[in-house]
Amino acid sequence: MNSAILLPSILNGTTTGALYALVALGLTLIYGVLHIINFAHGALLMVALYGVYFLYKLFGIDPYVSLLIVPPLMFCIGYVLQRLVITRASHGRDENILLVTLGLSIVIENLALFFFKSDTQVVDTPYGFEVVEIFGAFLPYPKIIAFVGALVTAGALWLFMERTDLGRSIRALAKERKGAQLVGINVPHVFAMSFGIGVGVLGIAACLLMPSYYVSPQVGQGFVLIAFTVVVLGGMGSFGGALIGGLIIGVVEAVGGLVLGESLGQIGIFAVFILILLFRPQGLLGHKV
Amino acid sequence: MKQLFILLGIFAALAVVPFFVSSEFWLNAVLLTLYAALLGQSWNILGGYGGQFSFGHSLFFGVGAYSVAVFQVQLGVNPWIGLLLGGLFGSVIAVGIGFLTFRYGLRGSYFALVTLAFAEVFRIVSNSLWWTGAGEGILIELDQRAVMMQFKSLSHYYWLLWAITLVCFLTVWSLGRSRFGARLMAVRDNEDAAGAIGVDAFTVKLKAMALSGLFTGLAGVFYAQKFLYLDPGIAFGPAVSVESLLVPIVGGLGTLFGPLLGAAALHIVGEVAREMIGDAPGLNMVVFGTILVLMVMFLPRGIGGLGKMSVRNIFKGGK
Amino acid sequence: MLEISNLSIAFGGLKAVDAVSMSVPEGGLVSLIGPNGAGKTTCFALITGFHKPDAGNVKFCGEDITAVKPFKIAEKGMVRTFQIVQPFAGQSVLENIAVGAHLHLRDRQDALDKASSVAHEVGLGDRLEQDAADLTVAGRKRLEVARALATDPKLLLLDEVMAGLNPSEINEVIPVINAIRDGGVTILLIEHVMQAVMQLSEHTWVLNQGRLIADGPPREVAQNPVVIEAYLGKGMAERLEKEKRNA
Repeated sequence: MNSAILLPSILNGTTTGALYALVALGLTLIYGVLHIINFAHGALLMVALYGVYFLYKLFGIDPYVSLLIVPPLMFCIGYVLQRLVITRASHGRDENILLVTLGLSIVIENLALFFFKSDTQVVDTPYGFEVVEIFGAFLPYPKIIAFVGALVTAGALWLFMERTDLGRSIRALAKERKGAQLVGINVPHVFAMSFGIGVGVLGIAACLLMPSYYVSPQVGQGFVLIAFTVVVLGGMGSFGGALIGGLIIGVVEAVGGLVLGESLGQIGIFAVFILILLFRPQGLLGHKV
Repeated sequence: MKQLFILLGIFAALAVVPFFVSSEFWLNAVLLTLYAALLGQSWNILGGYGGQFSFGHSLFFGVGAYSVAVFQVQLGVNPWIGLLLGGLFGSVIAVGIGFLTFRYGLRGSYFALVTLAFAEVFRIVSNSLWWTGAGEGILIELDQRAVMMQFKSLSHYYWLLWAITLVCFLTVWSLGRSRFGARLMAVRDNEDAAGAIGVDAFTVKLKAMALSGLFTGLAGVFYAQKFLYLDPGIAFGPAVSVESLLVPIVGGLGTLFGPLLGAAALHIVGEVAREMIGDAPGLNMVVFGTILVLMVMFLPRGIGGLGKMSVRNIFKGGK
Repeated sequence: MLEISNLSIAFGGLKAVDAVSMSVPEGGLVSLIGPNGAGKTTCFALITGFHKPDAGNVKFCGEDITAVKPFKIAEKGMVRTFQIVQPFAGQSVLENIAVGAHLHLRDRQDALDKASSVAHEVGLGDRLEQDAADLTVAGRKRLEVARALATDPKLLLLDEVMAGLNPSEINEVIPVINAIRDGGVTILLIEHVMQAVMQLSEHTWVLNQGRLIADGPPREVAQNPVVIEAYLGKGMAERLEKEKRNA
C-alpha cells in the first residue's frame, strides 16, 4: 500500500483513538473498582455532549470552558445513579447490573429522542475547521487538543489513584472488598465516588469531543462497544491500557476503513473485541490471574 | 401434567381467537403479543433456563429473516423451504457462536457483550453486501398465495405464528421434565457443581444455543414474510435483542408461562402508554426501559414470581 | 483403585501440592487429613480434573485420567463433593439430587425415583420438596453427598462433609457414610474433624504445606510427633510427651 495515504490515515486514526481512549478511561475505572460493566456509558456520554452543546448554543460558552462545568455535573449524575439505582439492582449477579444499565441507556436515549428529535447537532466554533499539516495528514486543531487532553486526563487519573487518600481507598476496595471494609473505608461512598469519577471523565471527553464531532440521541450507541473494546484490549481497570487500547482501535478503524471501505472498516473493531475476549481476556497488557 | 393442560388450554383458546375477534386491530394486538412471546420464550431457553444472558439475539432473528428473504429473492427458493432454512441457519449460527464463546470459557457479562458484538458484525456486513440488498434493504415481492407463505387474511398469518409458538412452548415444557432440562438448569445454577456430578456444561449450553437460535430464527422468518421488507437495522439492530430479553425478565425468567405473561403485560403497558402520552417517537421505549430497570431492581423473579414470592414471604416472616 | 503419583501444582511460586503420591484400595474407607491450608482441597481438585497438575499423574481403575475434564471423570465413576457446599439454589432437594441420578438414567421418572431413594438413604427423605437454598448447613452437606451418591459412583471423594456440624449432627452423619461404604462405594474423605477420622477411616494420609508427612492407621498417625507438630506447632509434641510423663 502507498505510504502517502497510509501514514496520514494512521495519524488520523491516532487522534480518533485518543478520543476513544478518553471515553474508555471512565469505563475502565468503573470496571476496575466495582467489577461491573456500565452499559449506559454511551448514553451518559450523549448526555454530556448535549450539555456541552446547549451551554454553547444557549449561553455561548466555549466547549473548552465547559470543562469547568460539565464534568462536575456528570460526576454528580454518576454518584447519584450508583447510589440510588445500580447498587440495588445486582442481587449478587453481574448480569443484573448489565441489564439495569441497559435499561438506563434505553430510557436516556429515548428521552433524548423525544426532547431533541433525532437531528444531528454541531457547535460551529471559529477554530473548528482550522487544521495543521503533519506528515501529509490534515489534522483539525480540536483533534490535537483532544489528543493532548486524553494524555493529560489519563496521567491525572493515574496520579489521583496513586497519590490521594481517596485514590488509595478506591484501589484498596478494588483489590479486597472485605478488607477495605474492615479498615474503615466507607464502601458505598467510595463505590459511588468511583462511579461518579468514571462518569465525570465522560464530561471531560464530551468537552474535548464536541468541537470536532456532533451530537444526536444515538451518538452514544456507537461508542459503547468501541469503549468496551478499548477496555478489554488494554486490560480491565488499566488507565495506560485504555490509552494504548484506544490508539490501537483508532488506527485499526482508520486503516480498516482504508482497506475495506468506510462502512466495513468498523468490523475491524468488533473483530478485535471478539478475538481479545476469546483468546486474551486479561487484555494485551494485563496479567493472567 | 397440570402445566401441560394449562398450556394446551391457553393455546386452544388462542387458536380460536380469530373466530371471535372481528376487528383487525384486536387480532393484530394478540398477534403481536404472541410474536413477542415467541421471541421471549426463545431467549428464555438460553437466558432463563440456561443462565446465559445474550444481548445479541437479533443476530439469530436477522439470520432467519434474511435466510428466507435472500433465498427467495435471489434464488427463487420457496419460503416454506425458507422457513426450514431460516430456523436451521439461526440454529447453526447460534451453535457456532456458542462453540467459540463457551470453548474459551466466557461467562456472564462477557457472553452478553460478545453476542452483541457478533450482531453488530452481521449488521455491518449485511449493510455492504449486494445480495442482502445492502443498506437499502431487501423487498420480498407481494404475492398473496399460501404457497408463497403470504396471506390475504391476517388470521392466516396469525395461525402460522400460533403453530410456531406452540411448538416452541411445548419444547420448553418438555425441558421441565427431561434430562437435558435438568442439566441445563444445573449448569445455570452452578456450573462447577454440575460438572462434578457428570454434567458436560459445554455440550448442554450448545444445545440450548441451538434451540434458542432455532426458534429465534423462525420468528425472523415470520417477520420477513409478514412485513415483506428487511434492512440491516431491523434485522440485526438492538430492538429485537432488547424485546427478546425484556419479555421473559418481565414475565419470569426460567418459567414456562413467564414469556406469555411478560408479552401480554408489555403489550398492554405499551398500548396504555400510547393512549396516555400519544404516539411520540421513543416514548414507549422510555416506558419499556423504565420497566426493565424496575423489574431487575425490585422484582427479579418477574411478575410470574409475585404469587410465589408473597407465599414464601409469609412463611419466612417477611424476610 | 485410585493411584496418584507425584502430583504437584504451584500457584504463583507457592507449591500448593508437592509430589503427593497415594493409593486408595477398592472397597476402602480412607482419609486425607492436615491442618488448614495444607492443600487437601487442591489435591481433590487435581484428582477430579478441576485443576491441571504441573506434574504427576492420576490413575483411576487402571486408566490415566490426569487433567481429564471433571464431567468425564464423574462418568467414569469418581465423584467429588465440595467443602463449600454448592447447591442448585432455587431448585428442590429432589431436583438437585436428580441431576446426579441423570448421569446414568435418561428417563426423568427413573431419575426422580432414584433421587428419592438416595435422599432417604442420607436422611433427607422428609425434605424432598424443600428449596435447596433453605436447608440448614447440615442439610446442605447431606445434599452434597446425596447428589454425588445418586451418580452411582465407584469412588466418592468427600470434602469436609462434617466441618461446621455440631457433635450430634456429626454422630448422625457417621453411620450414613459407613452405610455408603457398605453399599460397595469406595470412599476417600478429607476431614478436619479428628473424631470422625478416628471412627471411620482405616487408613489416613497427612498433608502439611503441600507435602505428605505421614500415613498409616489413624490411631498411629495421631501419635506421630511430626503430625502433632504440624497441627499444633513446633515443640508441641515434646511438651505433650512431657505432660504425659509428668501426669
